[in-house]
Amino acid sequence: MEQLYLICRHREVPNLHQYETYIQKEQGYQALQQVLKLSRDEVIDIVKASGLRGRGGAGFPTGLKWSFMPKNVQGPVYLVINCAEGEPGTFGNHEIIENNPHQLIEGIIIGCYAIGATAAYIYHRGEFKYGAEMMQRAVDEAYKQGWLGKKVGGREDVSLDIYLHPEASAYICGEETAQLNSIEGYLGQPRLKPPFPAQSGLWKRPTTVNNVETLAHVPAIIRNGPAWFRQWGTEKSPGTRVYCVSGHVMRPGNYELPMNVTARELIFEHAGGIWKGRGLKGFIPGGVSAPILTNDHLDLPLDYDSLAGAGSMGGSGGVIVMDDQTDMAWLAKKMVDFYSHESCGKCSPCREGTWWQKNLLDRMMTGLARSGDVEMLEMVSEQMAGTCFCPLGESSQMVVLGAMKYFRSDFERYGQGKAYDGVIPMSAIEHH
Amino acid sequence: MLLEQRREKVEEILSHYPQKRAALMPMLYEAQEVYGYLTEEAIREVAAILELDPTEVYSVSEFYSLYYHKPTGKYIIRFCTDMPCALVGAEHAYQQLLNLLGLKNGETSADGLFTVEHCVCLAACATAPVLQVNRQFFENMTEAKMRELLETLRTSGLPEDGPVMKFQPRTADTPTGF
Repeated sequence: MEQLYLICRHREVPNLHQYETYIQKEQGYQALQQVLKLSRDEVIDIVKASGLRGRGGAGFPTGLKWSFMPKNVQGPVYLVINCAEGEPGTFGNHEIIENNPHQLIEGIIIGCYAIGATAAYIYHRGEFKYGAEMMQRAVDEAYKQGWLGKKVGGREDVSLDIYLHPEASAYICGEETAQLNSIEGYLGQPRLKPPFPAQSGLWKRPTTVNNVETLAHVPAIIRNGPAWFRQWGTEKSPGTRVYCVSGHVMRPGNYELPMNVTARELIFEHAGGIWKGRGLKGFIPGGVSAPILTNDHLDLPLDYDSLAGAGSMGGSGGVIVMDDQTDMAWLAKKMVDFYSHESCGKCSPCREGTWWQKNLLDRMMTGLARSGDVEMLEMVSEQMAGTCFCPLGESSQMVVLGAMKYFRSDFERYGQGKAYDGVIPMSAIEHH
Repeated sequence: MLLEQRREKVEEILSHYPQKRAALMPMLYEAQEVYGYLTEEAIREVAAILELDPTEVYSVSEFYSLYYHKPTGKYIIRFCTDMPCALVGAEHAYQQLLNLLGLKNGETSADGLFTVEHCVCLAACATAPVLQVNRQFFENMTEAKMRELLETLRTSGLPEDGPVMKFQPRTADTPTGF
């Protein structure tokens, strides 16, 4: 199937970062004008009917999430836009915010109207300096044109502010409750749920956290209706998704495709297949936290439910491809380095578990593995399963156990002084 | 110093939030620019502006990777060696960069121009090897391109920032590291 640009509109429309282009070529802000004539529930119903699901990780239905927000509340209500894209293998938001910021901003304003938000915070990677400039410009333009501030689009009773909030590089802040703590100026550590953010979020006020790509889908869904959106993808995962392909492929990049595209088609047709004429050993279908899959899974459609059925997940849409010469113990080591560096330290299973995983894999890489280390790595990982406070630690055990499930021999060949024969990974980042 | 030099900006940031404490992260970025890095004085000033204990400001700033508590070079180079980048040889390319600079990971050059460190995912995996200079992206790095970049920084400074994610098909000379 062909790429279909519902999100990456800038690939068809040059200069889409400019307000005039968005208005003239893309029916910019017409969806918002439509929305302002509807009730909040009507907007939520359209998004519910479209079947749009959150593109950030969990794939939760967006309309349903919005419907959890309490009605008729006095005082502030918030929308937080999760632009803390940091899941290794994921770079879709990065392209959207730099090139098509107005579509995102219009989606944010519509989302705010639907949930009754009085302010929105775009929580973005500190590293997205240029992307943040582009979003700020789009926000400034929206204020100038009367789409933000007091009397949004001329409606006396609707006012809204959008602020950009820079994070400073901490993976855990992609988790929604950690993100709320981070915005409030506390350590970015996750909160216990319940209460869920819809009841008690930012400053204990009703809050929804949505992903960038999710919100960018909203304007076209409003303009064209739910049936239009449902013509692509599957019944339960309609529409397109920006798949980020990296690793050992000939043509790495973002590919926006309907969500029934198979892994085989994405990797071998769009991304040009495996480099150096090699074969495929495994692929990660949804960012590093999604357990690794193999050649046997290539014909799976890359929708949320098919991937969950195969024991992995759609996650962030980051598809990382490994050729047949990849050492999966090395891969596990690189990932555990990441999780151990990014563990927020709040709960023991994650803080200590990732530390032990890292030590054991370090020993393997450097030729110091002892007999029983593979079993110990397995045991430590199993002890983390279901005991970590949030998905970060769980991901670390899933990555290791997932790799061991299909590629155990890669781990077992270490020992008796055998070390990794490539560039030995530097241990986690030293400075802090 | 922050208030003297950037009072308007400080007030604008404060106006974004119903509680002063929430301004902490953007304020730390401002302080870092004004003071060069987060000196004890910088931490104390931010704490005073936000009516917080300096210890709290310090603890939050230590949680994140983009706040610096020691002097840095004029240009902070962060090079991604995370898994997706390492698959295509980023660790090898990072070693080349260290060699070009004559520095070890985390060090600052004697002329005060460069601090170099490796980092985790920068959300640009398809254009690996990728690095940032003062939070500006440079992608599809090769040894030759890194040499050229260092020369540009030494002679004329950072080029104008712009959109990245310029995806390129791999070729025979794609660095591999394997």
